[in-house]
Amino acid sequence: MTRRQPHRLYGMMAEFATPGDLVAAAEAARSAGYRRMDAFTPFPIERLSEALGHRPSRVPMLVLIGGIIGALAGYGLQYWISAVTYPLNVGGRPYNSWPAFIPVTFEVTILVAGIFTVFGMLALNGLPTPYHPVFNVERFALASRDRYFLCIESKDPKFDEAATRAFLADLRPSGVFDVEP
Amino acid sequence: MKDRPPLIAPGYTSATVTDKISAVVLRGTPRWWFAAFGAAFLLVMLLLFTLGHLFLRGIGIYGVNIPVGWGWDITNFVWWIGIGHAGTLISAILLLLRQDWRNSINRFAEAMTLFAVACAAIYPVAHLGRPWVLYWLLPYPSTMGVWPQFRSPLVWDVFAVSTYATISLLFWFVGLIPDLATLRDRTRNRFAQIVYGILAMGWRGSARHWHNYESAYLMLAGLATPLVVSVHSVVSFDFAVGVVPGWHSTIFPPYFVAGAIFSGFAMVLTLAIPLRALFGLEDFITDRHLQNMAKVMLATGLIVAYGYLIEIFMAWYGDNRYDMYMSVNRMLGPYAFQFWSLIACNVIAPQVLWIKRVRRSPAFLFVIAIVVNVGMWLERYVIIVTSLHRDFLPSSWGMYSGTIWDYSTFLGTIGLFLALMFLFIRFLPMISIFEMRAILPEARAEEVKE
Repeated sequence: MTRRQPHRLYGMMAEFATPGDLVAAAEAARSAGYRRMDAFTPFPIERLSEALGHRPSRVPMLVLIGGIIGALAGYGLQYWISAVTYPLNVGGRPYNSWPAFIPVTFEVTILVAGIFTVFGMLALNGLPTPYHPVFNVERFALASRDRYFLCIESKDPKFDEAATRAFLADLRPSGVFDVEP
Repeated sequence: MKDRPPLIAPGYTSATVTDKISAVVLRGTPRWWFAAFGAAFLLVMLLLFTLGHLFLRGIGIYGVNIPVGWGWDITNFVWWIGIGHAGTLISAILLLLRQDWRNSINRFAEAMTLFAVACAAIYPVAHLGRPWVLYWLLPYPSTMGVWPQFRSPLVWDVFAVSTYATISLLFWFVGLIPDLATLRDRTRNRFAQIVYGILAMGWRGSARHWHNYESAYLMLAGLATPLVVSVHSVVSFDFAVGVVPGWHSTIFPPYFVAGAIFSGFAMVLTLAIPLRALFGLEDFITDRHLQNMAKVMLATGLIVAYGYLIEIFMAWYGDNRYDMYMSVNRMLGPYAFQFWSLIACNVIAPQVLWIKRVRRSPAFLFVIAIVVNVGMWLERYVIIVTSLHRDFLPSSWGMYSGTIWDYSTFLGTIGLFLALMFLFIRFLPMISIFEMRAILPEARAEEVKE
């Protein structure tokens, strides 16, 4: 299969005034066969994720991995210090005094799990992203205020400038914009 | 079901909510802010001067001595950490319990937590006889081959408080990202645009990003909830693991955690009531919010009162002469004034919160919140000082009182807290804008629609 030439646009974006219109538009776009698209909203809308066909987030798995690493590291550190490298007989307590080791193990578990949560989420989202084509549309600044956008990327196999523009216009948006790359 | 007042005054849209909250940040510095921040900054200078004098002259400038080795310093440490816990409770626990009323108070409550922990963290350093070897508390490979003693609550504290500070900071910052993007998009000031832009990390409100974000936010709440319970339990272990009468008590972890939430909510009210009046935010921090916070204060106050009662009861029931003397000494001994003030502030005063008229009055709530904060400070003072000043052996008994340097350190930390709060309200949105948008009727209608 030959490589397609990169399109002159990044994609095409439609602006909506209510979240309901955006969710309906996203469902319509998905039914029409578009897959490479994204929606932009000032607050999270759960139905939108379903409409766009998002799979469950991978963040919880990262949190679990972080937690396990933290627990092993926290307990391991204490065990190694107290039973291997510098054992001290304190009041006849066993070197591997596991009840006393619980608080620190717990804290380190939470610490590493939390770090994995935040940085994992940022990594999965590809943040920080200093530049993104959608910011080239001036109206897009309202995406962080009270407007709801749907953007169909030109990388989508069904993308065609005229057809997609017509399709988006059919959804009765407040505006349709070309997104320069 | 009775119709409850709305969480956000009617008539707001996503646009007007955004504009109102971001206007506080974007419209420039009001003149009173300079005066207020200036006063707080002077207190920060007092703190730095005091700490400088402390590190130069040593801990003798404080009133601590044998037998009372911990006084104002550790009282203030526990007081500040306790205050921080309400912020995490509001952010994390109320999120897990799906209490949407948290959405207008969680941002500045979390900021309060961060600043309170910053103030608290000064004391473990300051109270050391040899603060220059503070780093010995950390597990690093030292040339002497020695390591921290992991069976000690003092080491547990290091890990607990560091973890709490880190997780609180991460939780607060993650919550800020979408709002930083809003400020980036709204500000007219080029420099502000760049700074907010860098901090917002290119957030664009992508649905894919929100999906991961919401998941992460929920996970963090799930982690922060056991964390907040564990941190103050570990702080309580500083006392409970000791053998001194009045300290060696298994009730300490739940009693301290309840007390922390009690004093924390009092501080949230102390901040929320003036802030909402000053910035006209009564439509977001409504009477219903104040009432809910008052109810939480009443509930946790009752738990704390139970703690006092059961301690006295167990001292008598356990037939232990030292515990019994400790209780009698608190009530009738040299620190009786502090003890009975504590009872008045923490047990008697909050009972007025049963009265609905009191709960509905911001002025009343403000006064009670201050009284509770004072009462909780007295509680830590009484626990620490009375148990240390007279323990098992009468020949070791002594008296303690704070010195001018104890007072100036405390006042200085209050100044640090206020200075950080003033900076926060000036440069960052003190109410979570995106979470307020999410509880608007127009947003909620979309969620339940089939």
